[in-house]
Amino acid sequence: MSKKHHITTIVNGDEYEALCETRHTLLDVLRDELRLTGTKEGCATGDCGACSVMMDGRLVCSCLVLAVEADGKSIDTIEGMASGNELHPLQTKFLELNGLQCGICTPGFLIAARALLERNPDPTESEARYWLAGNLCRCTGYDKIIRAVLSAAAEMRGA
Amino acid sequence: MTTILKKPGFNPDRKYKIIGTSPVKHDGFDKVTGRAKFAADAFLPGMLVGKVLRSPHPHAILKRIDTTQASKVPGVKAIITRDDFPEIKQGTGGGDMTRLAMAREKVYWEGHPVAAVAATSESAAKKALKLIEVEYEVLPHVIDPVEAMSPDAPILHDYMRTKGAKGPDAEKPTNVVERHALGIGDVDKGFAEADVIVEGTFDTKPMHQGYIELQSCVANYSDDGQVDLWCCTQAPWVYRDRLTEILKIESSKIRIQQSELGGGFGGKTTFYLEPLSVVLSRKAKCPVKMTLTRVEVMRATGPVSGTQSTIKMGCKKDGTIVAVDSTLVFQTGPYTGSAFTNAPQAMLTRYDLKNVRTVSYEVVSNRPKVSSFRAPCVPQVVFGVEGLIDELATKIGMDPIEMRLKNAIVEGHKTIYGETFNRIGFVETLEAAKACDHYRAPVPKGQARGIACGFWFNRGGETTGSMNLAPDGTVTITLGTADVAGSRMSMAMMAAEELGIPVDRVRAVLADTHSLGYNRVTAGSRTTFSSGIIVVDSARKIITELCRRAAKIWNVPEEGVVFEDGVCRPASSNVGEFEPLSIKDIAHKTTYTMGSISGHSEMNVTGAGPGFAVHIVDVEVDKETGLTSVKRYTIIEDAGKAISPAQVEGQFQGAAVQGIGWALNEEYVYGSDGRLQNPGFLDYRMPVASDVPMIDTVIVEVPNPKHPFGLRGVGEVPLTPAMAAIGNAIGHAIGIRPRSLPMSPPKVLAIIEEARARGVLPAG
Repeated sequence: MSKKHHITTIVNGDEYEALCETRHTLLDVLRDELRLTGTKEGCATGDCGACSVMMDGRLVCSCLVLAVEADGKSIDTIEGMASGNELHPLQTKFLELNGLQCGICTPGFLIAARALLERNPDPTESEARYWLAGNLCRCTGYDKIIRAVLSAAAEMRGA
Repeated sequence: MTTILKKPGFNPDRKYKIIGTSPVKHDGFDKVTGRAKFAADAFLPGMLVGKVLRSPHPHAILKRIDTTQASKVPGVKAIITRDDFPEIKQGTGGGDMTRLAMAREKVYWEGHPVAAVAATSESAAKKALKLIEVEYEVLPHVIDPVEAMSPDAPILHDYMRTKGAKGPDAEKPTNVVERHALGIGDVDKGFAEADVIVEGTFDTKPMHQGYIELQSCVANYSDDGQVDLWCCTQAPWVYRDRLTEILKIESSKIRIQQSELGGGFGGKTTFYLEPLSVVLSRKAKCPVKMTLTRVEVMRATGPVSGTQSTIKMGCKKDGTIVAVDSTLVFQTGPYTGSAFTNAPQAMLTRYDLKNVRTVSYEVVSNRPKVSSFRAPCVPQVVFGVEGLIDELATKIGMDPIEMRLKNAIVEGHKTIYGETFNRIGFVETLEAAKACDHYRAPVPKGQARGIACGFWFNRGGETTGSMNLAPDGTVTITLGTADVAGSRMSMAMMAAEELGIPVDRVRAVLADTHSLGYNRVTAGSRTTFSSGIIVVDSARKIITELCRRAAKIWNVPEEGVVFEDGVCRPASSNVGEFEPLSIKDIAHKTTYTMGSISGHSEMNVTGAGPGFAVHIVDVEVDKETGLTSVKRYTIIEDAGKAISPAQVEGQFQGAAVQGIGWALNEEYVYGSDGRLQNPGFLDYRMPVASDVPMIDTVIVEVPNPKHPFGLRGVGEVPLTPAMAAIGNAIGHAIGIRPRSLPMSPPKVLAIIEEARARGVLPAG
């Protein structure tokens, strides 16, 4: 049995500890150890974005981050996106505008879209499409996802 | 139970309150918060991890498997090989199925399972896989289906003889599973009447369904032989019955619960891990979870049939198509099951043709077995058919939509496969395309426009469901079909409409295989249609019972009660003066009347309305690089009646972008060693958001007379013309219409050079 590492992370504001193997990714630990399964694995090679999370305020594919790298870091996942009973405007718009079908890619899109709007509150359609080009969706053809993101941006700006 | 909905006829005068709106999907809330439970999100106490050892060779005899060293790895609890599966004769349905799950005599593709391990950790399982010794005798392989048909090709199955073949070759071992001929009229006579004849050979590549959710399952085989299986599937009952067939476990002992389905598109109608996890769990005496990696998904699941179509078509100067002749080849992987006969049936069904000949071949080769994908085998052949119609229209100087209108079928048409159509909406769809903004707008400078049409049968089939009324007046529905994109919500809407209550008082859930009778696979665009009829029938049974209970409460004859707008009221003043009773009022009193109220329905549903679509696409082709950009895309399609228009639009839009991927990018690349070289999303490139424009939609509504709300399936039709429309647009942009998918930059660049050499495209 390989030696395990003890890591401590802040996930959605709460402190978590976990034991992990050197080869384990942040995604592995989030899902299999902390049982925060809202973050999805679609490829494990950083190509689909389903595992998108924020690490110390930076958008990352959690499948490309080793769990030991997350030690001492602050992680934000889909489970922490709503504030109490209040959904984030992006979550509301994805629902209202049918920006999801099967829903497997949805957490990754929401995390990535929130990161976009934090740095660019008024993206053009093209900017939204390029920012979200790291997230694959096979159901929707992206149309309603992009509309939901632009609509949420407008609402958050008070436009 | 008797069926109330004897004639599920459409009522054109009915006004809707809920149908035709797009409320927020009930399943959406858990999906935007990360709580929705997909297949890989399940954990059981004591659960082990299962991993699969796969063949590195595309074709080899499996001589020896030794698991001695592997079994000594700490944490390993079970290892299974072919010896753990009952023998079933080769060349039978069950024989093929068990060999697809686990190789027996031979391995037939790179990625074919040869062993599986269950261990306490993934690391231990992977370590054990490396220690399993397998001795192979490598055989020559064949990847391409056309090469597999040649007389000197390596033969996969010595026992295979071509079904439907005649002559001396019929008795020889072959890779051709079946020769299938379908036609009408006299093709030679038809061509003699033609003013213009065009022909071509078109090839399309296998593409993957591309669902983002990796297949995953958790099996728990209890000590008394009960199997609990959690998995993502479009076909719980089909999986159960196949497990019964290949593992010899009684169906009543196998309970399958479907998870949220993270995309399927036909690809999750076939099992891969499920039989392995059940056998591992039986051997390890623990629950076993197995999840494919993306590389495994690409190497060993799906894809869609690659095809080669040689088609000849002739028309008169007025646009009447007089004859079509075609030879079609479909790749199926190592075993039959491509559903290739869909293609000759559907490829031309939308045009009124008198003379058609088709000969189709299904061919095995050393690739993973194909699985269904939106309108299996049809879009590939439509790529050629609609390309040739476009060439004919150009040659006779006719507008491409007028050309199709000239040949369009209407109600009463008898198809090549024998069905006579009820009311259909192809002409209305073409007229709507002609009138839409996109078609009326001039083609922007530097761009070119293509159009194409498609058809899919739409299906019905065995379907079951239950509806229960709770004492507080709310309603739950248990569905036998899977929810691949939002059908639970459509069912809740139909139930609410029928019962006259708000849709938030209805919740639909997915059944496990113990709670309802057999349901056919959730495919063929049958779900909202078939389960919709079950829901309406169940609701009407509840309404009948509500009237009985109201009669009992009022102490009047049953026929003295009518149900209108969600309440029971006296049929006339002669019955007496009573305050109307709402569903809630009656539900609340069920304890004092005759107990709980429910509706149940099971039918072999018929009457699915055929669907037709027109796609219009504007592209820009970079003449320097051969890169095609899709600038504008519109789908016009007959949905019969859109229950939730936003969901129907979503089906259209998703299909269009899958079509763009298939048309421009997606392709399996095999090395000369028969190994897949691009088994991941980086090198197998599906469209991303920045590759595509918004997809415009026009929903045409020509009601299906065989559904109470008039709906037609919409899942498959919108993929059928996509690659053809894009190909036609590229053809108009560069002077020669491409005949091979994907229309990737190197291929388009080569055509541009050819077009310039032939003088059909000005020199750059």
